[in-house]
Formats: sequence, structure tokens, C-alpha cells
Amino acid sequence: MLSRTASNLFWIGRYMERGETGARLLAVGARNAMIPNIGGGYRNEWESVLAAGGHAEAFSEKYGEPRQRNIESFLFFDQDNPSSVASCIEQARENGRIVRTALTGQVWDALNSGFQEMKGLRRTERSRLSISDLIDWTTRQCALVRGAIDDTQLRNDGYDFVHLGYALERADSTARLLDVKYYVLLPQVDFVGSGYDNYQWSTILRAMSAHRAFHWAYGGDITPAKIADFLILNRKSPRSLITSAEDVMFHLDRLARGYGRTTEAQARIRSVVGELAEARIDDIFDEGLHEFLSRMIGEVRVLATLIHEIYLSGEAR
Amino acid sequence: MRLRVDHESTYRFDPPMRGVVQSLRLTPTLCENQQVADWAISVEGATMGAGFRDGAGDWIETAMLLGPVDTVTIRVEGEIETFDRGGILKGNREKIPPEAYLRPTRVTKPDRALRELAETAVEGIDPAAILDRAHALSHAVEQAIAYTPGQTAESTSAAEALALGKGVCQDHAHALIAAALCVGIPARYVTGYLFSTEEDGAQEASHAWAELAIPILGWVGFDPSNGTCPDERYIRLGSGGDATEAAPIRGIANGAGEENLDVKVVVKESQSQHQQ
Amino acid sequence: MAGNSNTPNYFNEMFSGDGVRPPYRGLESWSNDMPLELRSLKQSEAEALFRRIGITFAVYGEGGDPDRLIPFDMFPRVFSGEEWRKLDRGVKQRARALNAFLCDVYNRGEIVRAGKIPGHLVYSNEAYERAVAGFRPPGNVYSHIVGIDLVRTGPDEFFVLEDNCRTPSGVSYMLENREIMMRMFPQLFRENRIAPVENYPRLLRRTLGSVAPLKCEDEPRVVILTPGHYNSAYYEHSFLADMMGVELVEAADLFVEGDFVWMRTTEGPRRVDVIYRRIDDAFLDPLCFRPDSMLGIPGLMNVYRSGGVTIASAPGAGVADDKAIYTFVPEMIRFYLGEEPILNNVPTWQCAREDDCGYVLANLKDLVVKEVHGSGGYGMLVGPCSTKEQIAAFADKIRENPGNYIAQPTLALSTCPTFTKEGIAPRHVDLRPYCLVGDGMIELVPGGLTRVALTEGSLVVNSSQGGGVKDTWVMAE
Repeated sequence: MLSRTASNLFWIGRYMERGETGARLLAVGARNAMIPNIGGGYRNEWESVLAAGGHAEAFSEKYGEPRQRNIESFLFFDQDNPSSVASCIEQARENGRIVRTALTGQVWDALNSGFQEMKGLRRTERSRLSISDLIDWTTRQCALVRGAIDDTQLRNDGYDFVHLGYALERADSTARLLDVKYYVLLPQVDFVGSGYDNYQWSTILRAMSAHRAFHWAYGGDITPAKIADFLILNRKSPRSLITSAEDVMFHLDRLARGYGRTTEAQARIRSVVGELAEARIDDIFDEGLHEFLSRMIGEVRVLATLIHEIYLSGEAR
Repeated sequence: MRLRVDHESTYRFDPPMRGVVQSLRLTPTLCENQQVADWAISVEGATMGAGFRDGAGDWIETAMLLGPVDTVTIRVEGEIETFDRGGILKGNREKIPPEAYLRPTRVTKPDRALRELAETAVEGIDPAAILDRAHALSHAVEQAIAYTPGQTAESTSAAEALALGKGVCQDHAHALIAAALCVGIPARYVTGYLFSTEEDGAQEASHAWAELAIPILGWVGFDPSNGTCPDERYIRLGSGGDATEAAPIRGIANGAGEENLDVKVVVKESQSQHQQ
Repeated sequence: MAGNSNTPNYFNEMFSGDGVRPPYRGLESWSNDMPLELRSLKQSEAEALFRRIGITFAVYGEGGDPDRLIPFDMFPRVFSGEEWRKLDRGVKQRARALNAFLCDVYNRGEIVRAGKIPGHLVYSNEAYERAVAGFRPPGNVYSHIVGIDLVRTGPDEFFVLEDNCRTPSGVSYMLENREIMMRMFPQLFRENRIAPVENYPRLLRRTLGSVAPLKCEDEPRVVILTPGHYNSAYYEHSFLADMMGVELVEAADLFVEGDFVWMRTTEGPRRVDVIYRRIDDAFLDPLCFRPDSMLGIPGLMNVYRSGGVTIASAPGAGVADDKAIYTFVPEMIRFYLGEEPILNNVPTWQCAREDDCGYVLANLKDLVVKEVHGSGGYGMLVGPCSTKEQIAAFADKIRENPGNYIAQPTLALSTCPTFTKEGIAPRHVDLRPYCLVGDGMIELVPGGLTRVALTEGSLVVNSSQGGGVKDTWVMAE
């Protein structure tokens, strides 16, 4: 497969997942803004939402003080923000258009109709759009595309590249979401059991569409350790780091088998999966949640670079 | 005359490039004006290939280097026997008719001053006496542009050089081509080497001049920089519509690095005994 | 119905003469009986299909919606088998002569030596590439896809308006228009015996495979080279690649090493044998053509000339379709093939010639004037449809630079019934068939692109000027 084709497929996965994450962040912010700020020492929730996406600076340059309305525009519609939901959906569709012939009709339809509807949303007066509608629309579009991919795409190397994009981006966004809120998860005596604290935790779960799954998997009270375990080490969680890492490993292995060539990327993901499989949540808290997550975000970056060098750049021999 | 050529071009890139491709026109023309005794082109670390003879009779080959590339050194070493053919290019096998050399390029496009220069130069000369007209044009260019290194750049056009009144062999050749095209004489740019001694006033050994198509004679060389037609001091490499097209080394580097070129050319009379 | 009204001066392909002309008989009741609601329903269905497939067309210089559709008219344009046989022979004859001409002027130049074509028209032509001189591509084929633009003025009168030897576009419309008609009106295809066009991509691939370089020992790898996804014809490039089962590449996907051209893949470099390029000569290779262009594949021309890859069409093939050379195509046919031209040229005045220019300026109101190097219907004057002021302004332009213009009589382009807001009405049409020329093979699929001037009375069919397209039928015999 042409390296450029593989690269476009990979980025379809990454952008679709990134767009979905954007919508989830928006959901976290919107919910938190509905409860009174009793924490005193806590930062403005919107700031942490911006920080999670890594665009606090870009935002303040353009808008100054974080205001809900501006943040919504920035995270959803803003074309200057390359990670806004609209930007991601548009870029994924453009990647799709470039490799139109590597996609099934259904996948192209899903990408293209999302794009066309987004144009419609842009033209709609903002006061007529509720934030929850926008979020629902986004998750539905993303599910449509993903469903079309899983349902109709040929299981060839192209399929692996799309999924590598999805899985890497998901690992990255889960790690980032957790990292931004890591202090909420620290077992600080002061806040344990307070309504506010609980609310924050469940917001994280909600943002990951994992509220019910969590209860199903653990039951009982929500505790920081359980949440961290669920989102990092639990194979049943579709967004946990280990699930994403195993996904990456699965598709890298498939590619290597198909091409008859093992790669450095495989070795790298093996050691990540190996570590996550053996780790217990206490070890992670011992290392420091923030330190651990930073390390994982670093691993994602290394893997993306390796995949680029080996498959996507076209420089490999 | 038996001449020895040592020519080394070194390109340095900072930061290194991801890859370099060069098209080399560094092999002497197969013609009766010169005969190669020994000639070698080497590019360290490059894959060579895609060699062919083009329609103008030039031998062209391709060098490709995979990145990271910080230095490319092209070395040409050779010995060649040269002959004085009165400036006429003899025995070069070409497939391009002279009429295909009537279209100017960006740098040989004449402006009013060039047109005036050409018309004044040929005034009173029988339109059928093309050779006389060609000599007159070459002389006019020699007079109008004083040989002055360092005043013009690679991209300077004939019109700009004439306005400046200064230039090097490239500017002379471009101006002569432009002037020739004005009066309907096909003309082209030629690159090669020049052997010169202290008495001649030491010249750059890398040289360029122009060829004009003269009925019956064929392509005849004119070198306004030296006020002469090429003789046995000249080694001919190749031709084209202008300096870019005829360039002995034409390259593209892939990357954002700064390019730095260092050229060393020595052309001297060969010491080795030639058996005749 | 409105379609029956014949504008007297134009040949109506369906209704001229007595009753409905035979090739159109299968459409009579279909078009008469279609209720208006069904028609608009089908029309919007067709539009939705086009949009879903993604066929769009960006008009240069006009800005606006880059996803604009070319209007599709559902009323087919029909040729009888007999009519087509003549077109088939005429188009192939022309494609052969044009290739013989290219081979000649890049090698011995016999036609110039014989005094049949003035040398300066060939060698000083902007499209003449010195870089190709002396090179014979495999099979001596320079132009592998020849698009011949034809118009019809009577039952048996066809004229060639221009030749396209570089990279004629629009073939995806020929294929998609048929596909959509078959989906919407299957009964029409059951009731009429319409020759299929769907094997065009397969033939194109075979044609390109036949001209693989000698050095290619295995099954030739063919690729399509596109300027990229911002190009207005990108859809067509990707459509053809898909139908042919070949890779669609951009310049950055290819590189030169050693004696060959390679493609960057996820499994390492793969050799490329034939490049069907949809980019202009100037952007092929910065080491040979425009040095300032960062597009292109450095070293490509060296590999081409040393026989490591085939480029279709050959760089410099444009010298054969130049409007100044056009006049001489009948001469080429006689000179190279020893045959009389089957298809006529339109009489053409070269404004570069003083006599011609005088005539043109005196008769502008009756003539069509075109720029020598222009295309797409830009910068042209249609005398009979222009105001006095427009004609006067154009005359100034001609006087300023006569060499830039040619003129032709305004042809009475035939009309074909077309669905309009006011019902079925005649609209002017032209035709572009696509002739494939390979090593020892020449093929013409029975069909082509029919363009239609949707504005009443308009003779300009270019899609950039508001023209539409139709499915083109050739009745099987």
C-alpha cells in the first residue's frame, strides 16, 4: 500500500477519535459548570478542560478569559483550533477524500455526511443549538464512521492503519483526561466522601461514557483507586490504557505478519502491554499517577513516531 | 592540445538534507573538436544510473543520495585531446533542428536595449551573410558588457546584465543568445572548460559561451568574454537554451537545509607523453 | 411537445427530416410519457447519486462552491451503429496520424523537410520539448489517450473542433453518466440495444501496459499521477485509478534511484513502469523543466529517456494538438497514412497571417475567435452571440496580438432534445470520444462525453461556462 494512503487512513482514525474526545471534554466542562464552586482552592473547571486538550494557551490568545460560550465555540466550531470537533471531522473527511478509493461506500458516506451536516450546523444560529445536542451529534457521527469501518472495510493492511490511528489516539486521550484530573483521584483525606469530590469522579466516568460500565464492573462506592484501575488496567473497559495498548499491539502484529517483517514498534508496544498487564493500581499510585501518565503519553508519542518512520513516511527500505 | 581536467564540486547542507538527486552533464561532447583519452566522474555515496544521450548529443547521467546528506562531492578527472576547428562544432550527432533554438527563455528574453544592440550590430551587413552578422553580434556584446566578476548573479538575465554593463561569461553568453534571437539566428548556451595561462589573464577554468547556427557550417561557437571563437583551449561539455538548461550539475535537495557550494577546477596542459 | 419544434437552421438529431430519426425511436414514448413529477424526482435522484459518489467539478477562477456538480441531463444523445462506424474510423485515423506526426517531429522531421508544415510552427512552438527530441517511446506512441472534440452540423456532416493529445479529461463522466442512467432507467437498457462503455478502464490499463519499457520484465506496474486532491479533476483521477485497479500517486510518492522510478509504500520501494500523468509537462521534473517548481519528480526525465519508465502522454505531446498545428492535421493524414481524412477540419483563419487577420476583423460578427493556447471556452468570442461593444473590444485585442488568435466560422451545431424548465427543448451539443493508442493496438469505446449548452441558443458547451453533460449511446448493430 502507498505510504501516503496508509498515512491518510491512520489519520482518519486519529481525527475521528480526537473529535470524539473533544466532545467528551465539552461534556465534562458543561456538567461541572452546573455545580457551585465550593472547592475554593480548585481551578476553574473550564481551565482544566482546556488544559486536557493542551490548548489553554491558544485559547487565551484568541479569547482571553475563559467564558463558557467562547469555550464551546473554541472546542466545537473553531477552525483555528486544529483539535476542535469541527476541524477533526473536516480533516478526517479530507483524509478520506484523498484515499476515497481505499474506503467502502458506507465509510465514505458516513465521513461525508458528517462533514455536510457540520456545514449545516455552522450555518445554524448558535442560540438554537444546545451543547448537549452538539455532543450527542458528535458521538453519533463518530459511532457511525467507526461502525461503517468495522462493518464494511476489507480486513487488509488499510484496516490496520485506521485502527492504529484510533487506538493510539484513544490511549493518548484517556491518559490526558486522567492526567488533567489526577489530583481529583489522589486519595486525599479531606475530600473523600464529600459530594463535590464524588461528582468530579463520576464526571470523569461520564465523559468516557463509562458510568454504567463502571458500576457493572465494580459495584459499590466510587473510589479513586477503582476509577484509575478501570481506566488504566481493566481490559473490560473499552477506553482503558491496556485495552488501547493491546489494540495497537494486535494491529502492529497483523501488519508485521502480513508484510513478513517484524518491527521495532512491536517490541515497544510489547513492553508497554507487558507492564500494564502486571501493574497493580497501588504500584501506579506509588510511582505517582501524574508521573505514570506522563510516561504513558510519552510512549504514545514514541510509538506514533515509530509507525510514521516504518510505514507512513515512505522512507523505509 | 592535450589537457588535463581536475574538477571538484562540493555541496554542503546544513542541516542535512533528506535526499539529493542530481542530473550531471559532465562528459565531453563526442565530436571532432575533442577526443577523450580518459574521463571519470564520481559522486561519493551516490547511486548512479539513468544515463542517456539527449537530442543535442550530450551524455547525461543521474546521481541519487539517500539522506541524511550533509555533503555531496562530485569529482571529474580526465584527459582530453583538443583540436582547433575554427570554432565550428563538428561531428556532434544531434537530433534537434536549429529551428528549435529560436524561443527565448526567461533569461534570454530580449528587451528594447538588447534589440537595439542587435539591430545596430548587424546594420549594413548583408542579411544573407549570417556568419558575419554573428561575429558582429558577438563583438557588440563584448563591447557592451565588461567582464567583471562578482557583479551579477546566477539568475541575472541578459537584459539586466546589459543594463548593468558588467558581467561574467554566463551573462555574455545569455546576451549573445538574446541578440541572436532578435535577428532570427538560432542560438544556445554551451558549458565546458577553458585552459588559460597567466599571459591570457588567468580565467575561470569553468567556462561558458554561446553557439549560433550558421547555414552550411552548422553550430559555431562564440565567446564574447574572450573575444574569440572556441579553439583548442576549449573543452565542450553540453548545451541548452540557457545556463540553467545547460548546467553541468543540476540538482534538487529534499529538505530545508542551507546549501553551500565550493568548486575547484584546474585545467592544465598534460605532462604525459602522447603517442602519435 | 416543445421538443418537436425545430429551429430551422440547426440539425435536430432526433427530429430533423420526417418523423423521429431511427436511433432515437426507442426514446420517443419514454420521453413523451414521463410525467413531470417523475422527471423531477428522477432528476433529483440523479443529482443525489452524483453528489454521493462525489463527482464534483471545481471551476477555475470562479471561486464559489468547490463541490459544484456539472449539470446532468437525462435525455441521452444517440448514434446509430452506422453513424458510429464512420466516427470510429475517422477518430482512429486522426489518432494514428497525430502519433505519427509526434514521432516524426521528435526524430527525423520528414513532414517539415517535405515542406508540408512550416518548421517554425513546430519547433518554435511552446509545446515542443527539446528534452524529448531523439527519443522513441515504446511502440512509438506519444499520445496514448487522444480526445477528439467533434461537432455535427447535419445527418452526415461531422467536424473536428480540436484535438487533445495531452491528458483529455472528462472520461469519468462518460462512465458515470452511463452508470447512473442504467440505475435510474433499467427498462430503457432492456428495450434498446445500447453498446456498453464499461470496459474503458480495462482497455486503458491494457493500453498503458502495452507500452511498458523494455526493461520491465514482469507484469507492468501502472500508476496515475495526480497533482493532488486540490485539483479540480481529482475525482476523475481517483475514479480511474479505482476502476483500473492501479495506485493513484502524487509526485511526492515517487522517487528516482538508479535506472528506475520507485513508489513509496508501507513495504518499502516498489518499481513503477508506466506513469499515466495528469499533470502538465512543466511540473514533471524540476531537473528538466521548471527549476522553480517544487512539484515533480527530480530525475524522472532522465529515467524516461534512458528507457526505465514510460510517461503517458509523452512530454511534448502537446505540439500535436496546438491550434496552429490543427490546420495541418488533414495534411498529416495524407502524408503519413496515405489516406484521405474521414473527418473534416473546420476552416480556420490564422490571425498571424495578415490576409486572414484582415478577413477576421472584417467578419467578426459571423466568426468564433479563440486564443491559440487557450482552452475551456475562456477568452473566446462567439460573434453572432456578442454585442457590438464586445466585438469592438475583442477586435482591439486581436490587433494587439494577432498571433494569439485563430478564427472559425460559427458552426450550426446540432441539437439534441434536453429536459429544461419549460419542457423538452433542443439544445446544442458536441462530442468527445476517447481513443486509446498502445503498442500495436488502437481502441475506441462506443460512446464518449456529450456536452450540452443548457442555455437556450447558446453554442458554448464548456462545463466552465454553464454547460452540462449527457449519456452518449451507440446503438448496437
